[in-house]
Amino acid sequence: MMELIASNMAPIMFVSLIGFLLLGYPVAFSLAANGLVFFAIGVWLAPYSGGTITLDWSLLGTMPSRLFGVMANETLLAIPFFTFMGIVLERSGMAEDLLDTVGQLFGPIRGGLAYAVIFVGALLAATTGVVAASVIAMGLISLPIMLRYGYDRRVASGVIAASGTLAQIIPPSLVLIVLADQLGRSVGDMYAGAIIPGLVLTGLYVLYILTVSILRPQWVPALPIEARTLGHGVTSLMVALAAVVALGYGAHLWLYETQGANADILGATVGVVAIYIYALVDKTTGMNTMSRLAQQVIMVLIPPLALIFLVLGTIFLGIATPTEGGAMGAIGSLVLAAMKNRLNLTVIRQALTSTTRLSAFVMFILIGARMFSLTFYGVEGHKWVEHLLVGLPGGQTGFLIIVSVLVFLLAFFLDFFELAFIIVPLLIAPAEALGIDLIWFGIILAVNMQTSFMHPPFGFALFYLRSVAPRGSYVDKVTGIKTAGVSTGEIYWGAVPFVIIQVFMVGIVIAFPQMVMHYKGEVVDPSTIEIKVPGFAPMAPGGGTGVGSTLGAPTLGAPNFGTPPADGAAAPAPATGGLPALPGAPQLGAPVINP
Amino acid sequence: MQALLALSRGIDNVTEFIGKSVIWLIFLAILISAGNAIVRKLFNWSSNSLLELQWYLFGAAFLLASAYTLKSNEHIRIDIVYGMFSNKIRQRIDLFGHVFFLLPFVVLMTWLLVPYTWRAYANGDISTNAGGLIIWPARAFLLAGFGLLIVQAVSEIIKKVAIIRGDLEDPYPFISAHEQAELEGAALAKEVAELEKLNAGDRK
Repeated sequence: MMELIASNMAPIMFVSLIGFLLLGYPVAFSLAANGLVFFAIGVWLAPYSGGTITLDWSLLGTMPSRLFGVMANETLLAIPFFTFMGIVLERSGMAEDLLDTVGQLFGPIRGGLAYAVIFVGALLAATTGVVAASVIAMGLISLPIMLRYGYDRRVASGVIAASGTLAQIIPPSLVLIVLADQLGRSVGDMYAGAIIPGLVLTGLYVLYILTVSILRPQWVPALPIEARTLGHGVTSLMVALAAVVALGYGAHLWLYETQGANADILGATVGVVAIYIYALVDKTTGMNTMSRLAQQVIMVLIPPLALIFLVLGTIFLGIATPTEGGAMGAIGSLVLAAMKNRLNLTVIRQALTSTTRLSAFVMFILIGARMFSLTFYGVEGHKWVEHLLVGLPGGQTGFLIIVSVLVFLLAFFLDFFELAFIIVPLLIAPAEALGIDLIWFGIILAVNMQTSFMHPPFGFALFYLRSVAPRGSYVDKVTGIKTAGVSTGEIYWGAVPFVIIQVFMVGIVIAFPQMVMHYKGEVVDPSTIEIKVPGFAPMAPGGGTGVGSTLGAPTLGAPNFGTPPADGAAAPAPATGGLPALPGAPQLGAPVINP
Repeated sequence: MQALLALSRGIDNVTEFIGKSVIWLIFLAILISAGNAIVRKLFNWSSNSLLELQWYLFGAAFLLASAYTLKSNEHIRIDIVYGMFSNKIRQRIDLFGHVFFLLPFVVLMTWLLVPYTWRAYANGDISTNAGGLIIWPARAFLLAGFGLLIVQAVSEIIKKVAIIRGDLEDPYPFISAHEQAELEGAALAKEVAELEKLNAGDRK
């Protein structure tokens, strides 16, 4: 009997962990208690286990240094920084301005308000990794307009909730930071790998709205003429956009001589800065060569683009580590809020209080998980999990599909941090045994976990929307017509198509690893990839600015020029704004993103 | 019971004061971290002690704030089953957890952290990074964080017993993650609206 229990400690421990967690006591301490209880049992049963339990009391003495390791983790330091940034941005009014203007821009076409929500959602997602910011702004600004002009309530609330969750997959997302940390990979690589899947996912949302607008046009009507307050002037905007692209591309070619791959980001920056200065001059001197719409669009797009440059730009250029990028973004958001006259001591104190609270509970879950894993590995739990998963039929694909289904289902019970700290570490060994690239694996997990923000019980995007969407009927301020509110059922059902899109997207990422693998440069056989090229391209001396080492080893494929990258054709030209560090135009060679 | 509750209030006041003060360490960490990147780019100068200082500060903040987070009932739970129980059962689960889950763990960790911190202090250990910081303060934050959690656990146990006996109202009644998110959302919406109003007032 003793022997039977002793040799099956790992499954017993895992099942009882579920019991411990479901009891409902705070996760951090339930995890730790589970680890501690089974540590004691393990030590007691070790003599009966025939060597499968390697626990003894002295092993507990390693806990202080394990705790110290949690504290000294530079990667996770990005969590408070990005959280703080997100909370300050929520209060800066940036999202509101964007929604107003972009809504006006896209409003005249069918489904336009929904496109505006997706566009702004993606843009906000690229500035910060926090869901609440965009969902609340959209619920307050876009939802009433959508209801006023007769949008279907489910489509309207679904598109808002889903666009808000884009913050979880588009860099700089907290999910990606935590996953990179747990998988032992560099955050820079994780970010680089997530860009294309993030954009493809955004594209799928757009595609869904397009389909709705064709099949059910009455669900997503265009704004009537009287609602278009910014007037016309799209042509002017197109001219401005073309100018930005031309300028940016020119700058790119010019800078490529000296800056190499960094020219992507720098070129885009030059184009954007130039048009901004022009718009400013145009407006202040009253020349008004641009339409009011064009001026307005350029003005509201600048703050998010500047923040994206400050955070992602500096990370991809190698100026800042992802953690420092978060700190730069936090400072940037403070400056932005101050410029918009929305910064005061209360805002800062509140943001810091929320940040500290989140940090405390997240880091203590990690501490609890350290205690749990000490015991779980001591009873060879990792070998048990590996044995279970490596033996699955279907090799790599079979493993990825089964793990995806598992994570999808677990996301109904565990929230994202618990999944990342408890489950993900157990998946590393089997994934590596099957030769799965961990960045690719991380992105699959991230897209999968994004769904949990769209369904109960952890569907924060839904709850945030619920908190600002009108419940009962109300009198519309503009039309004076009594309008029905949005029911909770409509919010939940509206998200369902997007959960399906999400599952579909997981399948796409599994089927097309090259969407992610470009982070290494050219797609090469994964087993031969560990080629470390000092100074990543002969044409770009010193382009790496020398901090690459703090970001994890810059693992790059062989420098290649003139080879069109597999995925380059689908990517827009570098200077269309807002999308730095995309693979350049095909003739520029591999999309080398310098971590 | 009244004496114990007075003790509990005393403890709560201390952890609250500490929890509310350490938030500024995070602000400092942000400034230092951004400063590190800028100085390194502009002046090509960097210092390991400043790099380490970032996580010293963050560590101090989250460790010392954890007791306050416990007091405010904000360590996250999985409330699928917990939420279905009656309040009476929930209070008993909490008491059980405080006594058998939380307290043994934090006492044990504190007991292990005392010699761990003392060793670093006595040896004058310094980080292995060139120009790094002395190590014992970081370890002392760990010790202090867990020590505070012991004290707070005692306070929580006193309060739970008092609540179960009917001597005390629950100051932080359970709300589900779902309701919590809705409340946060509503509060944020209100705050943004107020800032907007304030802003409009300034312009006039």
